[in-house]
Amino acid sequence: MPQSADQRIIELDVRTDEMLVNMGPQHPSTHGVLRLVLRTDGEIVHEVIPHLGYLHRCAEKIGEHLAPPQWVPYTDRMDYLAAMNMNLGFSLTVEKLMSQVAPPKAQLIRVFVAELNRIASHLLGMGAYGLDLGSFTPFLYGFREREIILDLLEEVCGARLTYSYVTPGGVTHDLPEAIPIPPGLAMLTGRPAGATISWVDAVILFLDWLGPRIDDYHTLLTENHIFVQRTAGLGVLTREKAISYGCSGPVLRGSGVEFDLRRHGDKIYTSLYEKFEFDIPTAPFRNAPREVIVGDNWCRFYVRMLEVTQSMRILRQAADLWTIGGVSQDPAGHKIPYRLTTKLPAAEVYLETECPRGQMGFYVIGNGAAEPLRTRAKSSSFCNLSVISELCQGVLLADIPSIAGSLDIVMGEIDR
Amino acid sequence: MPSPTFEFSLLEQQLPGGSVRLVEAAAGDSWIELKSHALRQACQILRDHQDCQFNVLSDLTAVDWFSPAGKKPVIAGPRFEVVYHLLSLARRQTLTLKVILPRPGGDELTKDAELPEIPSIADLWLAANWHEREAFDMFGIRFKGHPDLRRILCPEDWEGYPLRKDYVFPLEYHGIRGR
Repeated sequence: MPQSADQRIIELDVRTDEMLVNMGPQHPSTHGVLRLVLRTDGEIVHEVIPHLGYLHRCAEKIGEHLAPPQWVPYTDRMDYLAAMNMNLGFSLTVEKLMSQVAPPKAQLIRVFVAELNRIASHLLGMGAYGLDLGSFTPFLYGFREREIILDLLEEVCGARLTYSYVTPGGVTHDLPEAIPIPPGLAMLTGRPAGATISWVDAVILFLDWLGPRIDDYHTLLTENHIFVQRTAGLGVLTREKAISYGCSGPVLRGSGVEFDLRRHGDKIYTSLYEKFEFDIPTAPFRNAPREVIVGDNWCRFYVRMLEVTQSMRILRQAADLWTIGGVSQDPAGHKIPYRLTTKLPAAEVYLETECPRGQMGFYVIGNGAAEPLRTRAKSSSFCNLSVISELCQGVLLADIPSIAGSLDIVMGEIDR
Repeated sequence: MPSPTFEFSLLEQQLPGGSVRLVEAAAGDSWIELKSHALRQACQILRDHQDCQFNVLSDLTAVDWFSPAGKKPVIAGPRFEVVYHLLSLARRQTLTLKVILPRPGGDELTKDAELPEIPSIADLWLAANWHEREAFDMFGIRFKGHPDLRRILCPEDWEGYPLRKDYVFPLEYHGIRGR
């Protein structure tokens, strides 16, 4: 047997019996009901066969029987960690189909809630990823912060996860004038509980508090030696493969492709963001640890971390527009009323938007009736997951959660 | 989305006559309609030609234009459409392709041997692999040359194709009652 410092070389040399290991669908580190069948030889995984569909509800079929605003709650339940972004994607598709533009006030509110939800989603992604790799603390921090965002979104629409807040034509309610300060935020910032504050001020208060905490997460995970050892150089997805597999979002940008639909997408979507300054974090990173390769787990994780900071930048600018820019007083209001009997034109629109997990596409075909002939939801996680067989070939069994977690998938969106 | 006249004229030059058609919609997206025998060549041109560079297959899906008896008739008449949404990262452009497949009315197509067929493009874009499996699962469209055409969302032994307009919901599946 050759003597080697690298454990894997010895492992490859010893041929053991092939074994089929079933992982999931209830395994916690598959992030939902994903089942992976692993063909292993000792510790080495030769083949990964994903089995999907445990959460399949045929939402697209349901969409053919409902008027578009009635289908919005179903988009909540696809990517339930970023429901605002899903609502927004579908609403914009319908508006484009009907040649409608939401009033400026609604557009700004949409940016507020979408970016807040993006932060919440990435914080959960970060925490859960740490948990996959055996570090418990970031998960608790991530949840503490996310809780405040959920409180803020609850003040806006009454729901904590499945908002159905953004609908075709605008948003269902205006932003609240004054809210009781969320208990979590009051406790963390030392404000008296029960004090009232305007919603936008509460967001700013939260951002002021969150800003310095980002460095803590970097210390806990990004620069943590154990974390780097378990993520860097692993699950490398090349730029060409990422493009060919149709990967999007942090997975694509982690592989070194600078593409973000908030800047490069359709006019109706980019017009929401053209007033704001933000960067598109893309691998390679100058401050990355030595072991990091472009397109590995660490890069995908780090893109998400940087996006949190960029979303915070957008939110601050949005708050300025709201108060100083006077958008809150805009006479056009926050929605164009939508009648459920409105006939959809005989036309079709496909529109992709940048959700936290990638490019989520909605395809709606009208047929002169109130219900669309076809509604299609193209899931970003679906494409991101399809690379898993390729990434997991020849890796150690213990690295499967590390690779699967770095893709940050949500099964509700994949199975639809 | 602006009408894809440039891509259309490029395809018209290179493909056999009559196999490509530009459909300009008054509202919403316009698209290029292809005959199924010209699909693979067209995709190759659109992906590799340096003035096109459609390197991403955003989405691949199908549409069933069929109206069961007693329902409101559809505008286009009974047929399947397989729809391809392409994206060029360099040009920040999107493009819609469509291939129309025959669809006799009613349940006549449900036997496996009679599924409508279309060439697979799973080797041109790796993303097409799972998308074609989904279209097969939901619409029963056979993608010729696909490396592993199995159902992806429904169980292997599921009967029928759920997104077809004349799909009948099963009353029983392995002892589980439907409806």
